[in-house]
Amino acid sequence: MAALKLVGRNYTTPDLVAKVTGQAKYAEDFRVDGMLFARLLLSPMPHARVKKLNLSAALAMPGVKAIITADDIPAPAATVTDLGQTIQANMKGERALTSEPMYQGEPILAVAAVDELTAIEAIEKIEIDWEPLPFSVDPIDSLRPGRPTARLEGNVWVRPPAKPGTPPPPPEVQNLKWTEEELADARDGRLPMGKVPDQWTYGDLDAGFKNAALVLDETFVTPNTSHQTLESRTAMAYWQNGKLFLHCSTQSTVQTVASVARWLHMDPNDVVIISQYTGGGFGSKATGTHTSIIPALLAKKANRPVMMRISREEEHYIGGARPSLHGRMKVGFAKDGQITAIDMFVVGENGPYEPQGDTAQSGRIVSLLYQPQAMRWRGVSVLTNTPPRRAQSQPGGLQGIMLMEPLLSKAARKLALDQVAIRRMNAPEGKAQFGPASPQGTRAHATSSFMKQALDRGRDLFKWDERKAASGKRQGAKVRGVGVAMSTFVAGSVGFDGLFVIKPDGRLYIQSGIGNLGTESVSDVHRVSAEMVGVPWEKCELTWGHTGRNLPWSCVSGGSQTTHAHTRAAHAAATDAIKKLQQIAAKDLGGRPEDYEVANERVFRKGGGAGITLAQAAKRAIELGGIFDGHELPKEINAFTKRSATALAGQGLMGVARDSYKHDGATHSFVAGFAEVEVDVETGKYQIVDYLAVADVGTVVHPNALGGQVLGRSMLGIGHAIGQKWVYDQHYGVPLAKRFHYNKPPTILDAPRKMAWEALDIPDPETPVGARGIGEPPVAAGCCAILNALADALGDEIFRRAPVMTDEILTALETGRPTQDPLTAHV
Amino acid sequence: MPEPELPSASRRGFIKGVIAAGAVASSSAYLFRSTSLLGQPSAPGAVERLITLNVNGQDRRVDVMPQETLAMTIRYKLGLTGTKIGCDRAECGACTVLIDDVPHYSCSFLTQRARGRKIVTIEGLADPATGKLSAVQQGVVDEQGFQCAFCMPGFVMAATGYLKTNSNPSRQELAHGISGNLCRCQDYDKILTAMMRGAEYMRKG
Repeated sequence: MAALKLVGRNYTTPDLVAKVTGQAKYAEDFRVDGMLFARLLLSPMPHARVKKLNLSAALAMPGVKAIITADDIPAPAATVTDLGQTIQANMKGERALTSEPMYQGEPILAVAAVDELTAIEAIEKIEIDWEPLPFSVDPIDSLRPGRPTARLEGNVWVRPPAKPGTPPPPPEVQNLKWTEEELADARDGRLPMGKVPDQWTYGDLDAGFKNAALVLDETFVTPNTSHQTLESRTAMAYWQNGKLFLHCSTQSTVQTVASVARWLHMDPNDVVIISQYTGGGFGSKATGTHTSIIPALLAKKANRPVMMRISREEEHYIGGARPSLHGRMKVGFAKDGQITAIDMFVVGENGPYEPQGDTAQSGRIVSLLYQPQAMRWRGVSVLTNTPPRRAQSQPGGLQGIMLMEPLLSKAARKLALDQVAIRRMNAPEGKAQFGPASPQGTRAHATSSFMKQALDRGRDLFKWDERKAASGKRQGAKVRGVGVAMSTFVAGSVGFDGLFVIKPDGRLYIQSGIGNLGTESVSDVHRVSAEMVGVPWEKCELTWGHTGRNLPWSCVSGGSQTTHAHTRAAHAAATDAIKKLQQIAAKDLGGRPEDYEVANERVFRKGGGAGITLAQAAKRAIELGGIFDGHELPKEINAFTKRSATALAGQGLMGVARDSYKHDGATHSFVAGFAEVEVDVETGKYQIVDYLAVADVGTVVHPNALGGQVLGRSMLGIGHAIGQKWVYDQHYGVPLAKRFHYNKPPTILDAPRKMAWEALDIPDPETPVGARGIGEPPVAAGCCAILNALADALGDEIFRRAPVMTDEILTALETGRPTQDPLTAHV
Repeated sequence: MPEPELPSASRRGFIKGVIAAGAVASSSAYLFRSTSLLGQPSAPGAVERLITLNVNGQDRRVDVMPQETLAMTIRYKLGLTGTKIGCDRAECGACTVLIDDVPHYSCSFLTQRARGRKIVTIEGLADPATGKLSAVQQGVVDEQGFQCAFCMPGFVMAATGYLKTNSNPSRQELAHGISGNLCRCQDYDKILTAMMRGAEYMRKG
């Protein structure tokens, strides 16, 4: 693209004034005539069965309008993918209500009443006979012979092999037990390594360790952390003329239609999703929330609108959390710091439902980020009777990097190498390969990586060499330490659609199907279209957040996909519109289409000369019809987009296209984090003095939004280092740290005193705008820069798990070794 | 300040009321409670009383229950949904409003105690005649402060209240001033920058 007026510049997003004046409506802010309120009855036990249920006293109350139980929830239905492939439903997956709860706090039934007090009163009148069942909250304990498992049939998911040419069958639950001999390591706090269902390997592992000058073998345990979005998963639903209108909180406006339709066994055309503002997701509201069907079913039964407010405590139970990984890493280093081999073993805390991908993803990310010459990954995700796990910002990537970074810092100290230098030496570069070879013998590779440049830039900006000299030197009770960490994660998908109309008023009407989580990608990406068709941003109208308003097929705002996926889609739609504008100009003014260019709200002859305004061209497009105004649509666009574009046809010149740009590799973004901490060795308290993140995210689209993501996601990671975790009562199988007050997400006073960010702004070569996503990679950079700075200040024998709290620092300093057993971190 | 006398509410009724966070009452037309409950109160102690509240410069007459929190009254009876409920237990500050210029968690403030006091919510900050944003609001707009913004009304109210006591704070002082508010997007650095900008606008008038 030529000199850019919009892309790469700050602007006021179209949602901001509504947010700052309190006009922005989130799900709980809607009111409908006759609206009822719903409350949930939650399981008091970690694993039980409802033997008998007596609803009569509750139903007899005058204000109670409807009650639904697990029997009212449709069975899990198969998913038909975008490509027409049918994926069989996992019949043992999570449902909105259940009669066999698998964790304390799981919803059993829901009551709709005229107000919440009445609903609560009704819930107290419900009689339930429970049959308590065996439970397990500790994955290692569950692997011991004779100990209970989370499900009666076992404790691990195993996926039966797929027949060639068919979609993967649903996973099955099996019982995995390790022998006492295999479990022996657990006695001295080392992660035991028994049989696991999944593994891969590449390179010569034995040779790698044989040739190593230093081999480290470390156990480390990462915390379980709730997403705890500030807006809980409240939803309000009503039915009109057979259509469901659902006001909900979601990370994708358009993709929530299909999931709600699947959960309710409905035709997607009868589902309307309204979600203009979502109060945080972090992975836990990917395609909506399964509990949002509860008010929909109650509304149907009561024939009244139903609002289901989710309380903070309920959100803790049903809202999801990042799974802890228990990891053991054996890593070989050459004398110069080169990693010769990694043997990685992980046990994930899966929660009771769907198999979590964090264990597998941790291996791929470690392989990409540290580029070992040889690597083996082994892992298992063990079912537990604890609240469900869901993907959380940098799922698996954060945990994998957390297992690796403290070990890498230790290695650098043992080999007397600089921390930045050892990372730079092992960092990925360009189209770096990762993971095991496919059956065809090829390995995946990144689209591009400028990790080394990010480290170099950070070293300069942070004045690393200067600060390093003072690191670890005590001044009275205070000691400072500096840390650096690398991070990466997937940062973009492909194949989505762009859709807009230039109307005869000369304005650009852009349709956005992207969820609005406040990352601002919902509008940022469309500035590419405005830029290309030469319309000033003030003349752009953005429609988003309502699937009744003709939105195109869009990716989920999760997994750092959107900036990449939808700058591509916006580019494709703008390219389509430019082609049409050139054709109209050639028709009316003579010459060939390619003689014309589009800029400054006009299409005109290259090098000056005759032309028409976009407003005139829009009018002509309507007269010409066909492809020009959307009456004829490209075949390759998604059916969802087709419906929306058809509804918009005839209103002006339509730009509509699917992103089918070539794309070689797997898109990843990279971040280098630098931190300085000051520890008081008498109290164990520490403060983060300074933090810098340098991001390799391709072309910068919106600097302010990018900065918010880089530092905001870094802070999310820092929470994992300094204070957030779950704890269970083993005896009763219940979680104890349920509220903000106990599980301690960082406050503004926990934030580093100084924070800064920088982007390399080097375009990714595999995408037309050059932009990649950023939501995930800062997380591990923030977390691990702090962990590494703490170790630099205090030494290597302090912690074997995170978060690192004051008591751990004090007792370890006192005894000269880590005193807290990593394997009992949560129990 | 003396505690106003509350109509009798049993402890159990009170706690339940707080859990339900304000069963919505007859004054809210969309609930039709008076017809569906045939005039009966839904729970013990749930007797309403008509009071006058001064909200954003206007006197509003409203029926409230003894155990009703200000957050619920503001959101469900006065229709001012800009005030958010993030935790309902004084942990997150999303529901912060000004009461006589002092920031309070409205989820933990009984509505009946707010009688005769000046309540300001996020909707009351901009100039009602011109729509001109307040200094702190303008600071947020100019710095693209906040991400999902569910915490934003609370932060803006807390900062507005704090700046009335210290109009020229350092970053560290302002951080302390708004440290009773939680942002889960963890956009703290940009929030603080936006609030500092707001402070600057406030000083310039």
